[in-house]
Amino acid sequence: MSTVAPGGGALAAPETLLNEDRDDGRNRLQVLRRLASNPLSLAGMVVLALFVIMAVAAPLIAPDDPTAFNGAAKFTAPGASHLLGTDDAGRDILSRIIYGSRYSLTAAVGILAFAATAGTAVGLVAGYVGGWVDEVLMRVTDMFLAFPALVLAMAAAAALGPSLFNAVVATAIVWWPWYARLVRGQVLQLKNEPFVAAARVAGARPGRIILRHVLRNCTTPIIVQMSLDVGYAILTMASLSFVGLGAQPPTPEWGSMISVGRDFYLNQWWYATFPGLAIFLVVMAANLVGDGLQEALAPRRAL
Amino acid sequence: MLRLLKRRLIAFPIVLFGMSLMTFALTHLVPGDPARLLAGPHASAAQVAELRHQYGFDQSLPAQYATYMGDLAHGDLGMSITTRRPVTEDIAQFFPATIELTVAALLLVALIGLPLGLAAGLLKGRMPDHLIRLLSISAVSMPVFWLGIVLQIIFYEKLAILPASGRIGELSIPPAHVTGFYVLDSLFAGDFAAFGSALAHLVLPAFTLAAGSLAVITRMTRASVVETSEADHLRAARAKGLSNGLVIRRHVVRNALLPVTTVFGLQVGTLLAGSILTEVVFSWPGIGLYAVNAISNLDYTAIMGVTLLISAIYLAVNLVTDLLYLLLDPRIADAQEAMA
Repeated sequence: MSTVAPGGGALAAPETLLNEDRDDGRNRLQVLRRLASNPLSLAGMVVLALFVIMAVAAPLIAPDDPTAFNGAAKFTAPGASHLLGTDDAGRDILSRIIYGSRYSLTAAVGILAFAATAGTAVGLVAGYVGGWVDEVLMRVTDMFLAFPALVLAMAAAAALGPSLFNAVVATAIVWWPWYARLVRGQVLQLKNEPFVAAARVAGARPGRIILRHVLRNCTTPIIVQMSLDVGYAILTMASLSFVGLGAQPPTPEWGSMISVGRDFYLNQWWYATFPGLAIFLVVMAANLVGDGLQEALAPRRAL
Repeated sequence: MLRLLKRRLIAFPIVLFGMSLMTFALTHLVPGDPARLLAGPHASAAQVAELRHQYGFDQSLPAQYATYMGDLAHGDLGMSITTRRPVTEDIAQFFPATIELTVAALLLVALIGLPLGLAAGLLKGRMPDHLIRLLSISAVSMPVFWLGIVLQIIFYEKLAILPASGRIGELSIPPAHVTGFYVLDSLFAGDFAAFGSALAHLVLPAFTLAAGSLAVITRMTRASVVETSEADHLRAARAKGLSNGLVIRRHVVRNALLPVTTVFGLQVGTLLAGSILTEVVFSWPGIGLYAVNAISNLDYTAIMGVTLLISAIYLAVNLVTDLLYLLLDPRIADAQEAMA
């Protein structure tokens, strides 16, 4: 780093030439094609896409108001009037599941965005700066990883107070260390690559090197990790809601619907079953896509 | 290898200390007022202040932490404001149920996961392999608590062949405390009716808890078997005319199970965390159910106690697993040492 001199911007052109590891459009298309050629991943992508459409267009698709109380229709079994039945307040379960996809998907995106951003920042700094900064940051990371994830998430969510937003924050708190570790490992490898050394010699500032050369080449592993984590993020959110730490009951969130529906499983089996089925489907779809993406991008690492 | 061992052993108490600090910080940065909660809605301000003083909530955070650590050194985790008993007493009462459930789940994981993984690995690319893969992806994609509820609906409500909640039937008397495991204690007492009831009550929760880890172990075993079967010394063994069965028994199984056995350690954390959700579904009176009740009562001392206990066990099991791994496979130690 002592070789860094001001005014590196003027030498940008040769750096770009040396930056050979970058994804280009053709590469990305290839990955997509490889992903689609695996029937399980393709099925996963289709199901995932359906859930996204469901979340975006919920008011257009849902046959009923997800929160309106309707005492007369209480506990209707699945049938022609209500495809998936109604709950203890006469609300249409299908409509609640459709609206529920909004909470689950947004929460998962929120968790991963937060965790990946924070983790990447820590990992970049630790890996690039090295020395005692690296040592301290990694020991803190280890501390977080030493807890069973769900237990720490529960403790954090309990401390923050029960709400959907707090549950997202609590889960992200548990999750960022994985990204920090992943990115740090990548940075350590990249740091000694010829094109990074060349940029340094050419006089690029550390910030520019980190963002342009190091971070850009970390994106693939980060994306693979995120795609593998989507399902677990949804499961964790649902688990927190189930024990009363996430979305609160009138909200049509899947985990909290199961939490309430559980009390009625003896006579109204559909109440807890269908929201869980939705979680199962979306998580399985996400896992299939994640597996496929990992296989398409890093075939050697896949089991 | 010795250096690595020493590093791990030194790190253990440091991480444990860090854990206590983190748990403490988490449970004390909360906006709620535990003294007010403890005093109840009709208490006067003076009564609340009195309680706050009695439980030490009026001291500074570092002072509270120092007191907490001092007590912890004496094996005192503080008073639960829900049960109004020492948390250690609560844990001593509820923990055996959790261990019984976790051990039962671990047994299921080993007894079902290893053979399934072996079968899938040996039949790689054939129908059973695909089926097992689909099953294991399904199992890790399911919310634990939902699987529990679905099993309750099928086996209790519809088929009526298994009980849905609790540890033992209402007609049976819980056996005298020996191990704290109802299944074992009832046998020691010679009460076979109680034994049958305890075992029946264990089936659904144990399977529910095991499902996720079962899938992980199955996939690990499969991968390990596939990798082992492609090794050169196996081709040599086949070439010199050993029967297929002998090759599998003597070479594949032995070599493939080595890395898998060590993965079990990592699953203990997953199982302990999962037991919280499973216990809620099946009203299983363990520390998971206790923790969830504590959460809804903002009972920090109890939450902190359970979090610390589970995390410390997780940490210890991981340490033992790492050490076992080093002992069983010296190549790993060399590789890690080279990286460090």
